[in-house]
Amino acid sequence: MPSALINIPKKAKRGDVIEIKTLMSHIMETGYRHTASGSVVPRDIITSFTCRFNGTEVFRADLYPAIAANPFITFFTTVTESGKFEFEWIGDKGFSETAQASITVE
Amino acid sequence: MKFAVCIALLTAMSGAALATEIPLAERRSGYSFMSADTKAMQDEDTANPGMLFVLDGEALWTRKAGGADKACADCHGDAGVSMKGVAAHYPAFEKTLGKPIDLEGRINLCRTNHQQASPFAYESRELLALSAYVAQQSRGMPIAAGTDPELAPFVDKGRELFMQRQGQLNLACANCHDDNWDKKLAGSAITQGQPTGYPLYRLEWQSLGSLQRRLRACITGIRAQAYDYGSPELVELELYLMTRAHGMPIETPAVRP
Amino acid sequence: MANSNHTTRRTVLGLAGGAAALVIVRPVDATPAMLQAAIRNVVGEANVRTGKVKLDIPPLVENGNTVPMTVSVLSPMTADEYVKSIHIFNEKNPQPNIGNFYLGPRAGRAQISTRIRLADSQKVTAIARLSDDTFWSATADVVVTLAACTEEAT
Repeated sequence: MPSALINIPKKAKRGDVIEIKTLMSHIMETGYRHTASGSVVPRDIITSFTCRFNGTEVFRADLYPAIAANPFITFFTTVTESGKFEFEWIGDKGFSETAQASITVE
Repeated sequence: MKFAVCIALLTAMSGAALATEIPLAERRSGYSFMSADTKAMQDEDTANPGMLFVLDGEALWTRKAGGADKACADCHGDAGVSMKGVAAHYPAFEKTLGKPIDLEGRINLCRTNHQQASPFAYESRELLALSAYVAQQSRGMPIAAGTDPELAPFVDKGRELFMQRQGQLNLACANCHDDNWDKKLAGSAITQGQPTGYPLYRLEWQSLGSLQRRLRACITGIRAQAYDYGSPELVELELYLMTRAHGMPIETPAVRP
Repeated sequence: MANSNHTTRRTVLGLAGGAAALVIVRPVDATPAMLQAAIRNVVGEANVRTGKVKLDIPPLVENGNTVPMTVSVLSPMTADEYVKSIHIFNEKNPQPNIGNFYLGPRAGRAQISTRIRLADSQKVTAIARLSDDTFWSATADVVVTLAACTEEAT
């Protein structure tokens, strides 16, 4: 299973704006490269990233081959209550991975 | 075009006489030559793509393998304890073979001898992940390889190789990394070639890679025939480089451009 | 490098090697028409104004394979006035799109970071769509240097 790294604060105050950093292992093969013998290396990228908080989408991204290998995406969100962030990466060749992280709001 | 630039500079440089080794006080990690952005990538674990491999290595550490159905952890326990400082002493002398082996070689010996499993291929994700996980346990510790007296002749061979001009460009490692490390080559800093962070994440590779991969790329760069992965020459070069970096802190998994 | 008026054998070898590498690693660039079409795809017939958007990207990068960048948009990020989305484009990669990022009022701060690939020195453009459906942009020039001794393609 590919590894993911999620960085969110464990605790926050209600109404705080927190930064979420995500790193997912993936080669992000562009589909524009050729092997030494001239055949095209088929595209194999993550095409979509979604972050939900307690089931509600709070952030989404469409990715293209110009996103570097092992996609790194950071964004912000306002925390309203304790709960669980769910992260989902979907891509070519049936790629589908999820990760979770919890936060306690005081 | 970049090759043309490369060659013009190298040819000019090859006229320079061989200098002596870099004094202790002037030893600098490749980190110190990097831009602030690339440094930031290494500084924070959740921004460092090399950590993805370390996580994979952590999972592999406890995964049973081979005919013996044993995991690394079954013999070595908690890597945080048993592997602390280990990478700082590699390559190390292996008595049964009568020669030094590097960390990757040690992991593969463990696989064949103790796990009765097939060795991992060089640069495979598994071997990079496990060696990164093991080496990361020594992060911040000073490099102390090559002190075993049995290693002395192999350190010497590695040094000779480092000083030996070779390839179509007729350059030795020392021409760039001892004599001209304070200069630039086609916009890139020429570093001292200190092996402090391997396996490391190269932005160019977009992956983790071993010191042997780096050495092979350098050798190709001077238009010489690269030694095969696992060859005695590469291990001796690794060993010499580690003695040359004696006392410098380990940075695995480092990030480099 | 137009100064090769003393073409030695080594230079010839070097140029041959360089040309071979170019064929392997660089496919066709996106055309300005492709870039315009990609932008039109996002903004439709709307006018794109310069301003409100800040694009942080190193002007000179050590390797085009992994270029860190941050886009931030001047917005109060309230329920009535917020950034809907941020779209990033490039001029000379094989494809003009880099990524689309969908925010919303609860983001609290209109800022995203990622790492991108740039096949060559070129312009990067970020366009933000605000809650009133106006579009704002910023463009930056990035010089991509190449490593002196790169590996042979495998």
